[in-house]
Amino acid sequence: YAYDFVLSFVTMQEVTATSRHYVDRLFDPDPQNVLQGVIDMKNAVIGNNRQKANLIVLGAVPRLLYLLQQSSSSLELRTECAVVLGSLAMGTENNIKSLVDCHIIPALLQGLLCSDLIFIEACLRCLRTVFISPVTPVQLLYTDPTVIPHLMSLLSLSQHTQEYITQIFAHCCKTPEHQTVLFNHGAIQNIAPLLISPSYKVRMQALKCFSVLAYENAQVSMTLVNVLVDGEQLSQVFVRMMQRDKPIEMQLTAAKCLTYMCRAGAIRTDDNCIVLKTLPCLVRMCSKERLLEERVEGAETLAYLMEPDIELQRIASVTDHLVSMLADYFKYPSSVSAITDIKRLDHDLKHAHELRQAAFKLYASLGSNDEDIRKKITETENMMDRIVSGLSESSIKVRLAAVRCLHSLSRSVQQLRTSFHDHAVWKPLMKLLQNAPDEVLVMASSTLCNLLLEFSPSKEPILESGVIELLCSLTQSDSPALRVNGIWALMNMAFQADQKVKVEIVQALGTEQLFRLLSDPDTNVLMKTLGLLRNLLSTRPDMSSHGKQIMQAVTLILEGEHSIEVKEQTLCILANIADGNTAKELIMTNDDMLQKIKYYMGHSNVKLQLAATFCISNLIWNEEDGSQERQDKLREMGFVDILHKLTQASDPNLCDRAKKAMQQYLA
Amino acid sequence: MDSVELCGPAVPDFSTHPGLAAGVAVLQLAASRYLALSEQEKELNQRLRSLYPAVSDQETPLPRSWSPKDKFSYIGLSQNNLRVHYKGHGKTPKDAASVRATHSIPAACGVYYFEVKIISKGRDGYMGIGLSAQGVNMNRLPGWDKHSYGYHGDDGHSFCSSGTGQPYGPTFTTGDVIGCCVNLINNTCFYTKNGHSLGIAFTDLPPNLYPTVGLQTPGEVVDANFGQHPFVFDIEDYMREWRTKIQAQIDCFPIGEREGEWQAMIQKMVASYLVHHSYCATAEAFAKSTDQAVHEELASIKNRQKIQKLVLSGRMGEAIETTQQLYPSLLERNSDLLFMLKVRQFIEMVNGTDSEVRCLGGRSPKSQDSYPGSPRLFNSPVHKASNVITDHLCFPLFPGFDSNYCNGVSSSKGHTSAHSHKSCPPTIPSPEPGVLNGSRGQQTNVSAEVEMEVDHFSNGVSESSSNGFLNGSSTHGIDLEECDADMEVDSAQSKRQLCGGSQAAIERMIQFGRELQSMSEHLRRERGKNSANKKMLKDAFSLLAYSDPWNSPVGYQLDSIQREPVCSTLNSAILETHNLPKQPPLALAVGQAAQCLSLMARTGSGSCAFASVDDYLH
Repeated sequence: YAYDFVLSFVTMQEVTATSRHYVDRLFDPDPQNVLQGVIDMKNAVIGNNRQKANLIVLGAVPRLLYLLQQSSSSLELRTECAVVLGSLAMGTENNIKSLVDCHIIPALLQGLLCSDLIFIEACLRCLRTVFISPVTPVQLLYTDPTVIPHLMSLLSLSQHTQEYITQIFAHCCKTPEHQTVLFNHGAIQNIAPLLISPSYKVRMQALKCFSVLAYENAQVSMTLVNVLVDGEQLSQVFVRMMQRDKPIEMQLTAAKCLTYMCRAGAIRTDDNCIVLKTLPCLVRMCSKERLLEERVEGAETLAYLMEPDIELQRIASVTDHLVSMLADYFKYPSSVSAITDIKRLDHDLKHAHELRQAAFKLYASLGSNDEDIRKKITETENMMDRIVSGLSESSIKVRLAAVRCLHSLSRSVQQLRTSFHDHAVWKPLMKLLQNAPDEVLVMASSTLCNLLLEFSPSKEPILESGVIELLCSLTQSDSPALRVNGIWALMNMAFQADQKVKVEIVQALGTEQLFRLLSDPDTNVLMKTLGLLRNLLSTRPDMSSHGKQIMQAVTLILEGEHSIEVKEQTLCILANIADGNTAKELIMTNDDMLQKIKYYMGHSNVKLQLAATFCISNLIWNEEDGSQERQDKLREMGFVDILHKLTQASDPNLCDRAKKAMQQYLA
Repeated sequence: MDSVELCGPAVPDFSTHPGLAAGVAVLQLAASRYLALSEQEKELNQRLRSLYPAVSDQETPLPRSWSPKDKFSYIGLSQNNLRVHYKGHGKTPKDAASVRATHSIPAACGVYYFEVKIISKGRDGYMGIGLSAQGVNMNRLPGWDKHSYGYHGDDGHSFCSSGTGQPYGPTFTTGDVIGCCVNLINNTCFYTKNGHSLGIAFTDLPPNLYPTVGLQTPGEVVDANFGQHPFVFDIEDYMREWRTKIQAQIDCFPIGEREGEWQAMIQKMVASYLVHHSYCATAEAFAKSTDQAVHEELASIKNRQKIQKLVLSGRMGEAIETTQQLYPSLLERNSDLLFMLKVRQFIEMVNGTDSEVRCLGGRSPKSQDSYPGSPRLFNSPVHKASNVITDHLCFPLFPGFDSNYCNGVSSSKGHTSAHSHKSCPPTIPSPEPGVLNGSRGQQTNVSAEVEMEVDHFSNGVSESSSNGFLNGSSTHGIDLEECDADMEVDSAQSKRQLCGGSQAAIERMIQFGRELQSMSEHLRRERGKNSANKKMLKDAFSLLAYSDPWNSPVGYQLDSIQREPVCSTLNSAILETHNLPKQPPLALAVGQAAQCLSLMARTGSGSCAFASVDDYLH
């Protein structure tokens, strides 16, 4: 070992010495020598990462950039400098960092203003290499607003400029803002003709550009459908690129473009190019023959494509045994690879998480609507076990995808009653809820809502596991989605629950929090809170403790600007209150409230009329203490007349309800 | 020529007979149906040809309909044997009934596909779609027995030679279109439903399966589409994938273990090819630059080149004379060859190109059909089974002649175009009589003699094509130093005349014909009957039976392209006397490859479908 060390030390020194020589020559007073020095340097660094690192350490970069920018330098020298810099960029990520730190990007962008094509190409090649590195901040492309239009204008120069520029765009378009900037500078018109370029690389990079431009962007997608390339619709160009003899990369990227255009609403989901071309192409990408990376991308894209469309889900579920094909995603690293090939094992391990999460995502999408598909999924070999173990995987991506899958399957009454209970999925789900990032929490709590539905056999054990505290804490979250799920789960839990559970909920949540939720800016939260209240007050509620506050809240909502649904829910709560013994007094003594009920009985919306009538009917119910006095008072207030009118209502429910209430007076 | 089409106008016109209007209408309807059928037939032929170009319909016909002979009695057929309906009791599985297609699926399809549309699911929809071997019991649904495979509509299960099915796909019913695809490369099968692939259903399929459907309850009706209509599923796309796969396999095939070995072999093959066809200047230059020895003296090559040029320019008399001079014993020993040359000479006399008649011609004896350039074909050792391979470059004025299987195009009528000198009508003798249609009967004889032509490596015949293999002098048409006669093309000549129009020449031709006749008789006395020789002579003499021989049914003989087989046979004979191979190794290799492919087709290796030799000869 010692010997080795000495040897490498010596080599290192030698390299440094020669590197020093190369850098020194950049400072030669004779421009001809400088040029020769740069050319020699170019030849020395090709494929030699250590040499590249040395030159950077020895300060070659600022000098090269200086020479490149100097207008006194010959064009040849400037070009060679750009070539060497491009070569340095091809090295490690550290090289790129150093180059970016030396402000290589503005220098090269400046170079693009030159009129010499060879020089421009050299600059672009280097810029391309720098920009496609993950360590380069993409924002640097957009800092100077003149850059993008200039790049667009360079697209017509040569196949090389086309290839490099489209590659830069494809890598640096990461946000909706980037999409908009590129779109506004004519990216579509400029890049579309490149899809039929004679150069495969240009075609491919142009295609990638469109996939990043169209992603979740309706404006771009809508424009794309109307673009003609050589007289042919763009979607047809993409369809041709998905032909099965085309390179897989091209098929996959074209399928992505069409998927994004479809999801953005630019192509109908029942269009042949989606149903007969894009979907089958993506299913093929999931097959065992494809590379692991392709399978991941294929599955994710397919999941995204069919997420909102049950028909696509149905077709995909019978295409090429997709459901069982996905089961294979869980078999990495395979036992064979572990024994035979370390490299392969490493590769498998790297992709195992990605594969699993992609499969979960696709299962989630497949099963989001159709009961038969959900059944097919849960019947796939070891499916529930895989979800259960996926819920506790170290990779957050896998956990999230697994819970998404579970959530999708939890929409099935059948599955909730059977496989969910058999596999005690609530246990890992509860564990997941203890400590997880928000996005996981949203999915997990949403799933929990379904598990807490009254017919779910998991409801009991979940209740016993002390879930109430957890849900109450969710209602205090900053995320509206989490607040909704928390209160929703509580609402489900309170539905036809024992008094004990109800008391527990009220105690855990606390009235203060309850009122905070009733004034929540999110309508969903408000609705579910009202729903919870309604469920809590459904069985003869004892209002002794919080009666006043609840009445206050109800008044507040009825007076506020709320939707019909919210007001209906509120009136239902009032009706429930009117059903309780002590609570009746709270309403009867509140003339203001009675006037409101009267108002809603005459409202134009039948639902509100019905709920208000229901409330009155509860108040005047005969068999209860003090019913006579209440009837008298309400008659004085003119309710009988209103009820009489309502018996003539066209809505049969309302009419029926009013008649029943009238009978209380007659009895 | 489509014989059915001819029947169309033959329907009598009754419209002049009053009172027969109804009858006319019926007849017209029948006629239009007949025409429609022929349209459908045409579409079917076209689709089958484009889907399965490697299949020889003569050797292994494709399924085109259900077989009225190969079905259970409970099956009824209608609509040209494409519609199947059930006509049994349908009470128990014992009442199941199947029908097979007329033919089994040829391996040379590579990928085979047919679709079945469910017209009605009948009472219970117990329908099975699949494949079965010859002889499998037809009183069953496909899939229940050995060598029988099916996908059933009622439960969506697949049945692989077993009474119990496996969950496979969705169920299918009225209105659905079910497709069945057999991959003869990996011997698997998958189904499609309404254009969507359902995934592999069967693996390890045996060869020679027939498309099969089975029905079991009353009212069940299904229609087959064997290519009569466009398919719902994009089978071409699937085939594209497999073509690419096979071609990638060929491209990646490991060659030559040691470095340079492969290259050296290729160079040797090219050099021997150049020498064979006497491209002496090119051969010399090539040998020099690739550092190879030429196994024949340059003088000898030049001699052969000289003879070949004479033959190809139609100057047969000189060619024979030169051959006799340079290779004194060759023609003496090979009297059949001499006879063949003389017959060709006779034809060239008729054509007015042979030197003997040209010097007799009153006016400037321009070549009637000049043939500048060098030999443009080589013979393959494969006689019967190989294809005629044409070089597109050689036929720049004949668009559309691009398929080996469109020999029908070159019916005798095609030769009317021979007026244009530069267009070489595609009268290529085919070694594959089976592919020919009847009208080309005469040509098949020639082909028996000339064997397969492969001229992809050939010289460009037309001036418009520049070819890397051209000899240095070829841009001038011919090496004027060696052949002193003028060879320029007289494209302005509008009307060709017998023997160039000279009376003396005609007399000479007639005299020569008599000599030929006596030579033939002499040969027969000495060597016994030779039907090929007899036919050759008869065909040649037939030219005189027409006032315009060029536009006659035997006019193809006058085409300059017919000189090629003669030239090639003579060249091979000369080479043999020098103990050099009759065939250049390159032609041998190409022939072997073609032969290998047809052998693969016969032994059931489907990959032959996507590995045409043509694809590699550019």
